[in-house]
Order: sequence, then structure tokens, then C-alpha cells
Amino acid sequence: MSISRRTLLRNTAALGAFAGAGLPHIWIKNADLAFAAGGEIKVGVLFSLTGTTAIIEESLNKATLLAIEEINAAGGIKGSKIVPIVEDPASDPATFSEKARKLVVGDKCVSVFGSYTSASRKAVLPVFERQNNLYWYPTLYEGRECSKNVIYTGAVPNQQQDEFVPWLVKKFGKKFYLIGSNYIYPKEENNYCKKLLEKLGGEVVAEEYVPLGHSEFSSVINKIRSTQPNVIFSTVVGDSVVALHRQYKAAGLDPEKMPMASLTTSENEVAAMGGEAAAGHFTSAPYFMVHKSPENEKFVEAYKKRWGADKVTHFVSEACYFQTYLFKQAVEKLATSDLTPPNIRDAVKGQEVIAPQGKVRIEPENLHTWLWPKIAQAKSNGQFEILVEAKEWLKPVPYAAYPGQSCTEKGLVEKS
Amino acid sequence: MDQFIEQIVTGLSIGSILLLVALGLSIIYGSMGIINLAHGEFVMLGAYAAWVFHTYLGLGLLASLVPIFFVVAVFGWVIERYVLSLLNNRPLDTILATWGVGIMLQQAVRLMVGSELRYVQLPPALSDSMDVFGISVSSYRVFLFVVSIALFVATWLLMNRTTVGMKLRAIIQDRSVAASFGINAKRVYALTFAYGAGLAGLAGALVSPLKSVSPDMGTGYVVDAFMVVVLGGVQSLAGTVASAFILGELSGGIAFLQNDTVAKAIVLLAIVVLIRFRPEGLFTARVRA
Repeated sequence: MSISRRTLLRNTAALGAFAGAGLPHIWIKNADLAFAAGGEIKVGVLFSLTGTTAIIEESLNKATLLAIEEINAAGGIKGSKIVPIVEDPASDPATFSEKARKLVVGDKCVSVFGSYTSASRKAVLPVFERQNNLYWYPTLYEGRECSKNVIYTGAVPNQQQDEFVPWLVKKFGKKFYLIGSNYIYPKEENNYCKKLLEKLGGEVVAEEYVPLGHSEFSSVINKIRSTQPNVIFSTVVGDSVVALHRQYKAAGLDPEKMPMASLTTSENEVAAMGGEAAAGHFTSAPYFMVHKSPENEKFVEAYKKRWGADKVTHFVSEACYFQTYLFKQAVEKLATSDLTPPNIRDAVKGQEVIAPQGKVRIEPENLHTWLWPKIAQAKSNGQFEILVEAKEWLKPVPYAAYPGQSCTEKGLVEKS
Repeated sequence: MDQFIEQIVTGLSIGSILLLVALGLSIIYGSMGIINLAHGEFVMLGAYAAWVFHTYLGLGLLASLVPIFFVVAVFGWVIERYVLSLLNNRPLDTILATWGVGIMLQQAVRLMVGSELRYVQLPPALSDSMDVFGISVSSYRVFLFVVSIALFVATWLLMNRTTVGMKLRAIIQDRSVAASFGINAKRVYALTFAYGAGLAGLAGALVSPLKSVSPDMGTGYVVDAFMVVVLGGVQSLAGTVASAFILGELSGGIAFLQNDTVAKAIVLLAIVVLIRFRPEGLFTARVRA
């Protein structure tokens, strides 16, 4: 009997369909096992190692793995080891969603740590909401989100700006030039900034967005020269930040008269642009590498020892690090048989941990984090000098720019 | 009035960077007809070479320009010799092959030195600004302008006043006839490709202090370079110069009046419309067939 190619194809397809439908356990590994089996707790680590944002996400992957290794070296969580399953979503939102599904459905991870960009977080959100799993998001972001399936450990606009904008107005003046990359984060931050400025009697001389990855700022600099603002409020991201700072410096503008005030320039970007281009400009964030605390010294030292002496820590990698410890604390509260993503979420509400930046706490209402805002000035040696430190931690208000709405345990509610 | 002059100068500066990046492609695509999608990666290699020379050998940017040219040219020569010359007269395969080479170069750099942004220092002598027509312009931008014009003149002389250039032009017109006159077409092609690659490497090194250095930086530049060459007209070096400055003034001007997002869209649209009505580009070299 001869088997034609078509028959063979058809039979193979039929066999595949049967195997997929009839024997699901060969597709879904460990479908019958609990989340913590054999002394292992599986978590996903979903940061891009290739593609555009790999530049920064690589460091987030490293900070997360460092924390996991430390926890395991100290005996794990009640005797169980955390097993990280690392996937590379290649800076592409569609791949993020595909890999998230693989981690949650295929590998049965009990939580996933991941994402830098808002686009990638929005892409994985449906996966976590449908599977009722838990996503730990370390990046500062634009707020205006209220998911039961995400723990947000980065700053939201009120935590970066409430202190920063009035301080800038007082120190430099009321004329602001708003410049950002062209996507949702800068627009929402600027939206909040304009509200604050309105209250303070400030003035926005221009609001401008450049394409992502843009690297030619001559025209922007001409406009800055002709409008003469007191402050250039920057939410430009990625390699554009580097180009903007370098061209600002090359054009001979003076940071003492017209500083850039950024929400996105961290030690990472400063290292890439060179200290002399960064010197004199300001950043507001909850964490800087130079922050003095025993926890931070330990973190910086461990990070350099594990990943290289020339590596820097920054305000997103710090959140990666402490959120892994928050995960540990939440899991510790649960019996092994109760270990499910919704239980971890309930256990993490109100949890506190002493992070490198200071003691942080997960707000039970909206699953965002109480943080310690700081204002720092970049120095020519590539580090920051912290000028202002908040005296109290600040509550996260993800809907700060929208007084009619607030995020509660029941979800988003409209206030009347 | 000041603002007008300022904007003209800005346009010239943007144009000179475009010219730098497009010049190598103008040779490779314009003269040899190879659609080289790895052009951006040659630019990236040049920038990384500048970083390596600076970080590991302590060489300043200006001192390392000549070695960078040769390093990237050697890369180009190897790729021509062992990939492209095997794909003679197969343009579609060449596109795929150069694209693949580009991806491999990107990943190789990422694996070897990591994906962090890298830092190349602005030459200290050129780090301040100077007066041009009464307005202050960054010295480094003036320097880039001068270098881009000088490289154009050198390339023009090479193509039109040297034996190698003459041979290349002969091969372009008719390869088999040129070969029957004893011209070694393979060798000339390899050298020309290497020269184009070297120019791209120089461009990468020269723009690196103003912009950022990362493994995927080439992607943006290759698009810019193709826009310039296609608009200027294939086979026309002077057309490349003109179109670089036209695009520079246009995008600078629109960015000033509107913003960079709008500028990018309008410039692309203008090129598409122009190509629709003038597929050969703005300037064409007349060649007797």
C-alpha cells in the first residue's frame, strides 16, 4: 500500500487533533499538580532580552533573578525553592501575551514578574484576568488602571509629581516646556502635570511629543530657545533621552537656567549619555542608587557582585528586587495547599517590606505601592545627588488626574 | 529673521547627518544596485567600533576615525566576498541575505557586549558652540557638516577621477564587455562594497556622540538612508547630496512649525507622492544604454 503525501498529512493532523483533545496532560504539563509541588514554587520572569527595550529590561530580569537566588540561598519559602522560568518576549506585545499564556497555562506559574512598557502590560492583562493569575509589574507608569490581577510596585503620577512640580516652580519659575515620547505614558504624566501647574498658577509654553526612538532634537532645541521656558519637563524615554541630553549640551544650553526635569532618566540612561551631558538636570523617583540605607548598600553590593562591577541599579530594578521579597512574604502566610494566585493577592494586601528605598507597603484598596518620593540632581560622575527626600511615604493614587474616579477593592468606581 | 537663519542652519545640520549615513548606501545601492538592508548595521558597527577604541584603547573619537573606516570596510569586504558575490544577479535573494546578515550582526553585538546603551565621548575640542551667521551652533555639528561635504568630494573624485572608479562605471554599464577588456569585476565589486561599508561605519562613529549607541540603532538609519538615495535618484551622487539637504530642511522646518511626529509623516508622504510621479527620483544620471 502506498501512502500519498495527502493521506499522510491528513492522518497526522487527525492524530494530532486526537492527542490534543483526548490526552490533554501531554500538552499541559503538570495539569494535575498543585501550584507548589515537590518543594518547588514556579514563577515566570517575563522581561525582554532581545529587541528595542532589552536595553533596560535586561537589568529587570537580573534584579528579579538576584532576589530569587537570595531567597533560595536563605532556605527558600518554608522549605520550598522558587523556580524561575525565564521567557524572552522580544520587546513585542504580541509575544508578551503568547509567553504569558505559556507561563500561566502551560507551566502553571503561580505568579509572573514582568513588563517594562505599558504596551506590554496591556497586552498580557487579558491573560491574567481570564486565568485569574497574578502579574507583578515593577515599572513607574501612567496610572489609570485598576486590575485585580496586577500588583503595581512602581510609582504612579502623584508619587512622582506631587512634590516635584511645586519644587520646580518654586526654584526655577512657572514657565514649563513639556516634551515627551509619543505614547500613552508621557501624555498621562503631562496631563497630571498640567493640573498641578494650573493650581500653582504655572504656564505651559509648549507641549510636544516626538516619535519613539527619535534622535534628532535640533528643531526642539530651537523651539526651546525661542520660548525660553524655566523648566523643560521631560518624559522622553529610551535612547531618545540620551540624544536629547547630548544635543542639549552640544547646543550650549545651560542647566542652571533651564534645567530638564525628568520622570524617566535613571542611572541607566545617565551611564549611556555620559555624566557631563546629564549633570545639572533633575529626576524625581522613589529610588536612586546613591540612597543611603543598609538595605540599599546590601542590594547594590549583591547586584554588582552577581552581575558585574560596572552595572548600575535604578528605580525600576529596585522595584523588581523588593517585589520578589513581597511575593515571598505573601506566600509565607499561606499553607502549601492554599497556594493559588488569588490567595497570594489577598495575602499581599497591606504587606510591608523594608526595600532599598525605605519601607514600602502594598495598598489593599488598589494593589499599588506606598513609596518614598525623592528629587535628585545628576552629577558629572554619572550618579545622582538626592536633594529632597519625602518625610513620609506617599499613598498611590492611580486616578489622581481623574477626580471623578477611584480604584477600590471592588474595582473602579465613579464618584458622584 | 534670526529664527529663520537658525532654522536653515538646523536643516543643514540634519541634512549633513543624513548625507553621512546615505553616502555609503548611495555607492552600494546607487552604483552597484545591491539593496543592502544591512547598511544600518554597518552604521551600528562603526558606532560600536568607536566605543571599543575609546573604552579599551583610550583612543579619542577623532584619532580612531581612520581605523574605524578600515575595520568596517573589512567587514563589508568579507560579506561581499562570501555572501553577496555568490548571489550575482539575484536581487531578491540579496535582499534576504543582507537582511539576515543584519540580524546576525545585531545579535552578535548584543551577545558579545550586551544590550545596554553605550557611551562615546564628544571630542573635548569640539564640545562647545560657535557663532555662525550670528547664531550659536554646536561646534560638533559644524564639524559634521564639513566632514560630510569632504567625504562627498572624496567619493566623487574616487568615482570619477580614478581608475577604480572608471572600472566600476564600466562594469555598471556592461559587465561582460568590461570583463572582456580585462577588468576584474569581482575584485572591483568587493572593493566598492567595502568602501561603502567603511563610509557607513564612519557615519556611525561620527553620529555616536550626539545620539545613542545600541545594537538596534541601525534600523532607523537604514530607512533614512534609503529615503535619501531613492529621492535623490539612483546612480546620482550629487542627487544624494541635494536630497539629503532637502530632507534635512524639510523635516527640520516642519518639526519647528509643528512637531517631529508630524514632520516624519509629512516627509514620508511627500517622498511617496514624488516617487509615484517621478520613479527615477529627483536627479538622474543620463547613461547611454
